Amino acid sequence: MAEPDEQPRAVASTRAVDIVVSLLLLAFAGLMAFDNWRSGAGWASDGPKSGYFPFYLSLLLGGASLFGLVKALADRTGTDKPFVNRDQLRRVMQVLVPTFLFCLFTQWLGIYVASLLLVAGFMRFVGAIAWWKSLLTSFLFAAAMFVTFDVAFDVIMPKGPLEALLGF
Amino acid sequence: MEALGLLLHGFEVLLTFKILALMMVGLVLGIFVGVLPGLGGPNGVAILLPLTFTMDPTSAIVMLSCIYWGALFGGAITSILFNIPGEAWSVATTFDGYPMAQQGKAAEALTAAFTSSFIGSLVAVLLITFVAPGIASFALRFGPPEFFAVYFLTFSSFVGLGREEKHKTIISMSLGLLLTAIGMDTVSGQLRMTFGSDNLLRGINFLVAVIGLFGISEILLTMEERLALRGHAAAISLRVVLKVWKEMPRYWVTLLRSSAIGCWLGITPGGAIAASFMGYNLAKRFSKDKESFGKGRIEGVFAPETAAHASGTSALLPMLALGIPGSGTAAILLGGLMVWGLNPGPMLFVEHKDFVWGLIASMYLGNVVGLVMVLSTVPLFAAVLRVPFSAIAPMIVVSCAVGAFAIQNAMFDIWLMLLFGVVGYVFKKIGIPLAPFTLALVLGNRAEDSFRLSMIGSAGDLRVFWSNSLVGSIATLGLVLLFWPLLSAAFERMRAALVKSPT
Repeated sequence: MAEPDEQPRAVASTRAVDIVVSLLLLAFAGLMAFDNWRSGAGWASDGPKSGYFPFYLSLLLGGASLFGLVKALADRTGTDKPFVNRDQLRRVMQVLVPTFLFCLFTQWLGIYVASLLLVAGFMRFVGAIAWWKSLLTSFLFAAAMFVTFDVAFDVIMPKGPLEALLGF
Repeated sequence: MEALGLLLHGFEVLLTFKILALMMVGLVLGIFVGVLPGLGGPNGVAILLPLTFTMDPTSAIVMLSCIYWGALFGGAITSILFNIPGEAWSVATTFDGYPMAQQGKAAEALTAAFTSSFIGSLVAVLLITFVAPGIASFALRFGPPEFFAVYFLTFSSFVGLGREEKHKTIISMSLGLLLTAIGMDTVSGQLRMTFGSDNLLRGINFLVAVIGLFGISEILLTMEERLALRGHAAAISLRVVLKVWKEMPRYWVTLLRSSAIGCWLGITPGGAIAASFMGYNLAKRFSKDKESFGKGRIEGVFAPETAAHASGTSALLPMLALGIPGSGTAAILLGGLMVWGLNPGPMLFVEHKDFVWGLIASMYLGNVVGLVMVLSTVPLFAAVLRVPFSAIAPMIVVSCAVGAFAIQNAMFDIWLMLLFGVVGYVFKKIGIPLAPFTLALVLGNRAEDSFRLSMIGSAGDLRVFWSNSLVGSIATLGLVLLFWPLLSAAFERMRAALVKSPT
């Protein structure tokens, strides 16, 4: 939602993002088409080879993205909307970056420790909630998760050195 | 009536302490998920799906479908009290629901919303009970060509009837189908599009993609929009409930009309969102007092809620009878069926009677229990919204990661989920619809298999799709729907030409 008093500067326009996405999809379609053509996109004696179906799908995807690309490039109506403005991008990054770090930490420390760090860190630094509340909430959350998944439902989650130390 | 006997058997399956307890848990989680902005039916079901991996299929589906009912109920709470639709399908509910809350009639609006939701799903469940077995036994005659024709019809109707730009629908659909083809080819066993990567060998799991597309991307969008929550308090007393219920029969035409719209749009992949708007608009058009709509008219709550619930529930009909989901959430439930080792499609009614009728019975029971539960616990759930978003957001992220990991015990899937989260966010912002993507991801392999099996059967002759009247009419209908925009434009032009040149 935009602030009424001052409009933050747009970082990218929807049209620009549309063009970039179309190009990426086009490249992806090309790559897929190439790989399927290599593994055989024609007909064998009994029916289509394994590359047949995906090959034509990648042509379809490529065609549709090319259409979108041309349409976006030709669009000079000037009715372009901003994709994100600066404030919005900052807020999106406030979730995206911690989520990325969380995934990284899950690999090393296991999901329970990583989620404790994520919840506590997010509450403290993004939400500006007092340290003790953040830590308490995150600890209870991680513990509840551990009990639910590891103990009650037998769902295996990535674990790290701490769990090994505690003997789980 | 065979269906009634089987339904009674379904209730027998259901009435154990364990299943009833899971039902309550599912409903509470569902309402919770529906109330939180940034989480909804499909997201909630996708995230909580891993909890059910170790359960038997019947308990699992009962719990998941109850999460779904709960989410449908919960969406109305935020719409009415906070003017924030918890779900896209409750947008139309805010038109009259929020004005009612502002006038201090929040309790009436909520009661109206819950009760009409209940009626909508009841009509849809009745439809499922009596129609689905028939469709399923009819579909038992389907061979691969018929199934491929039905899949084709489903995808065509998305392209032809969807409101989004056509090329964007095609992008979303073909990308989804292409991604499901990654990994081992199920017919020949050959590897394709893996580029030598071990992680891609398993293929891209549908649920991982869905958790990213719906869960993570919703969080990103919610953060971007920075929702300010300012709501009205409400507690529902028995007196209000009885008052609304007494008023209700007066609107039977609206209720019936909305139920019919909802059922129709649920079975065809129109979805609950379209249904709620259509229900609202038609109620307004046929009303004698059009001006009062949008200013807090109780009929304006009845109409969209009935339609949304009827549609959300009837979306399960094609899933049960044909193995084709009518909505995003139904698609995720279908993914669940495969995880539990069931083969969705008409054989379910023959091979897994307990499962199917247990599910149908749970729809009746879940909706009754859900209605009583939401009516009595509204203040509690409204309080959930006062919990700061900065505490809820990371917890949702963690739940998403847990869900993504649990499916195949692969760290790679957590990264894939993150990637799909970003993709979902960008797609939503540039108007590439996610529903065809989801559907393509869940149906992709089956569509390809049925296509290739029909080709093997006919030795590569495409005319197999017109080889008998059944498959021929489905395939033709698919083509008509695919080119519907062109056809209707041509009709318009012809009519205009006829009017201009009277002979």
